[in-house]
Amino acid sequence: MISPRRIAAVLKKELLQLRRDRMTFAMVIMIPLIQLLLFGYAINTNLRHVPVALVDQSQTELSRTLAQIVQATQVVIITEQLTTPQEAERAITESRVRAALIIPPDVSQRLVRSPSIGLGPPNATDQTSSRPIAHWIVDGSDTMVASAIKSLRTMPLTELLKQPPNRQVPTFEVTLYFNPEQRSAVNIVPGLVGVILTMTMILFTSAAIVRERERGNMEMLINTPIKSIELMVGKIIPYIFLGLIQVAIILGLGHVLFDVPINGGLGVLLVVTLLFIIASLSLGLVISTLAQNQLQSMQMTIFVLLPSILMSGFMFPFDGMPQPVQMIAQVLPATHFMDMIRGVVLRDASLYELRWGILWMIGFAAFGLLAATLRFQKRLG
Amino acid sequence: MSDVVVSTQGLTRRFGENTAVNNLDLEIHTGQIYGLLGPNGCGKTTTMRMLTGLLTPTSGAIEVLGRSMPEAAEPLKNEIGYMTQIFSYYRDLTVLENLRFAAEIYGIPVKSAKERIDELLHTYDLTTNIHQLSGSMSGGQRQKLALAATVMHRPKLLFLDEPTSAVDPETRRTFWEQLFDLVDQGATMIVSTHFMDEAERCHRLAILQHGVKKADGSPRQLMEDLQADVVEVEGPDLRKVKHTLDGQPKILSTAQVGSRLRVLVDKSEPLPVDMLRAKLGAFPSLSLAPQRPNLEDVFVSATRGPEQ
Repeated sequence: MISPRRIAAVLKKELLQLRRDRMTFAMVIMIPLIQLLLFGYAINTNLRHVPVALVDQSQTELSRTLAQIVQATQVVIITEQLTTPQEAERAITESRVRAALIIPPDVSQRLVRSPSIGLGPPNATDQTSSRPIAHWIVDGSDTMVASAIKSLRTMPLTELLKQPPNRQVPTFEVTLYFNPEQRSAVNIVPGLVGVILTMTMILFTSAAIVRERERGNMEMLINTPIKSIELMVGKIIPYIFLGLIQVAIILGLGHVLFDVPINGGLGVLLVVTLLFIIASLSLGLVISTLAQNQLQSMQMTIFVLLPSILMSGFMFPFDGMPQPVQMIAQVLPATHFMDMIRGVVLRDASLYELRWGILWMIGFAAFGLLAATLRFQKRLG
Repeated sequence: MSDVVVSTQGLTRRFGENTAVNNLDLEIHTGQIYGLLGPNGCGKTTTMRMLTGLLTPTSGAIEVLGRSMPEAAEPLKNEIGYMTQIFSYYRDLTVLENLRFAAEIYGIPVKSAKERIDELLHTYDLTTNIHQLSGSMSGGQRQKLALAATVMHRPKLLFLDEPTSAVDPETRRTFWEQLFDLVDQGATMIVSTHFMDEAERCHRLAILQHGVKKADGSPRQLMEDLQADVVEVEGPDLRKVKHTLDGQPKILSTAQVGSRLRVLVDKSEPLPVDMLRAKLGAFPSLSLAPQRPNLEDVFVSATRGPEQ
């Protein structure tokens, strides 16, 4: 027989301890607050103002205008003027700049023959007639920086000749739903809920049980009639509420500071986050039955946390990962949660539309709770 | 139910290569305080953990309160109390909060819980610090709190693992008075200790060494049955005297106690004082006198056997 009174006793004890543990309580508030501010402002996937060097071997009116147009795109900012390509390479190696624009001495001849200004048809067979007018050397190790510079490859040059640009007809028309202004914060803030909950929920529960073992309380508990399921349930309930407080902080502040919309229903949001919190807590319980001390529980939490940040779709698009990695990533509750919370907050998805993620989350939580209860023996050996 | 509360036959527990408890037979009767006396690492805690069902024996049979262990461990939790060696209630809870927690965990009905807690606070002299965090209390007070919480559900059988290792003699004294009160109310106790004065208070004792029971009986009986005579040597140069005697045949042990040297001589020697005087011819100014054996002598002679 499961005794509600014993669950309540554990719950009450946990709340009393939490009230006296100011540090943990402060972390519950400060972790989401500080990380929201940091990541909300810091993470920007639209790369701008990449520092570059300029090697102007032409030194003409034309080359100076070209440099200005490049800078006007705001993708790059010219921080150095160098005289030779060798100096530019050194500047890249020394990491003073990420790339260098080399404008050759014959830039004006190249420009005249360039097809992009449309002065007569280019002779396709003549190699010399259609060379690019200038040259970028790029530190390609960071693919995001490299692709930002690569986007300049087909920059229109008509402005150089004070001509109206040729009307370009795009191949496709693109309508951006849910984040038309393409602000990173819209995607980051809901995802941050998942990352922070993964971190705090798993860590708090695993540490909470391991701490009882470290301090010797477990020896007393296993000598009482308490059942493992009663202990587990009593322990996680307070953390469910802490988790909800964190969600409220992140989404509330995200809405105020970063103008992240909350399009979905609050009921759906509550269901989704509750499920994720319970799934994370049950994972924390499993860790607590494996770890011998708080340091080990911390290490195991990080083992789960890193893939939850890097593989869940929080930072890098889930769809870009190879199939086997996607399958591994889908084991993590965070992966499903990233999709679900963005679904609710940004796309106003209904419970029905999120059914697979919800079912999976329920299954994960039930399995975790079962595994933890079975693994937690009221025996020492 | 018979008079026997705890009995074990051939109780053995191995941890890998190491045998913590070896072929232990115990019989503990109701209303007794049964002491497990032995040095650290002799298997006292392991024995207690097996008797409470926390550890499964490698071999041997255990019967506790008429039921076999460890199978009946869960149903027996309500009849057994276990006070651990290290304070295992919550240091960041107050006295009252800890006692309430114990009452709730043991399912004491809400109405009677308040009365029971008041009663325990009174009995164990904790009324003045009910709102003190137990972590900030002295070792003695904390042990009282632990005992109060352990007997919350009026267990028939109490296990106390080195209950007074960390408290002053004064507190130890009152603590033992409280244990006898509990016995008077019908409890049976198993107490592990490595203190002679504590062991001497038990109704019955088992002396353990390397997991083997070396002696078993009441303290008085053990002292009477001691297979040795005790002679105290007084005089100058006691360290030299000790080195002269150590390792000699029939000398079981020598130990200096203040300005005297306590010598255990094998019982097979008919005239221990004369034998010693003969051996100590080089020290003419010594005085020798036979003494009554004490529990420490029993312990020393019981545990001086070959190491395993």
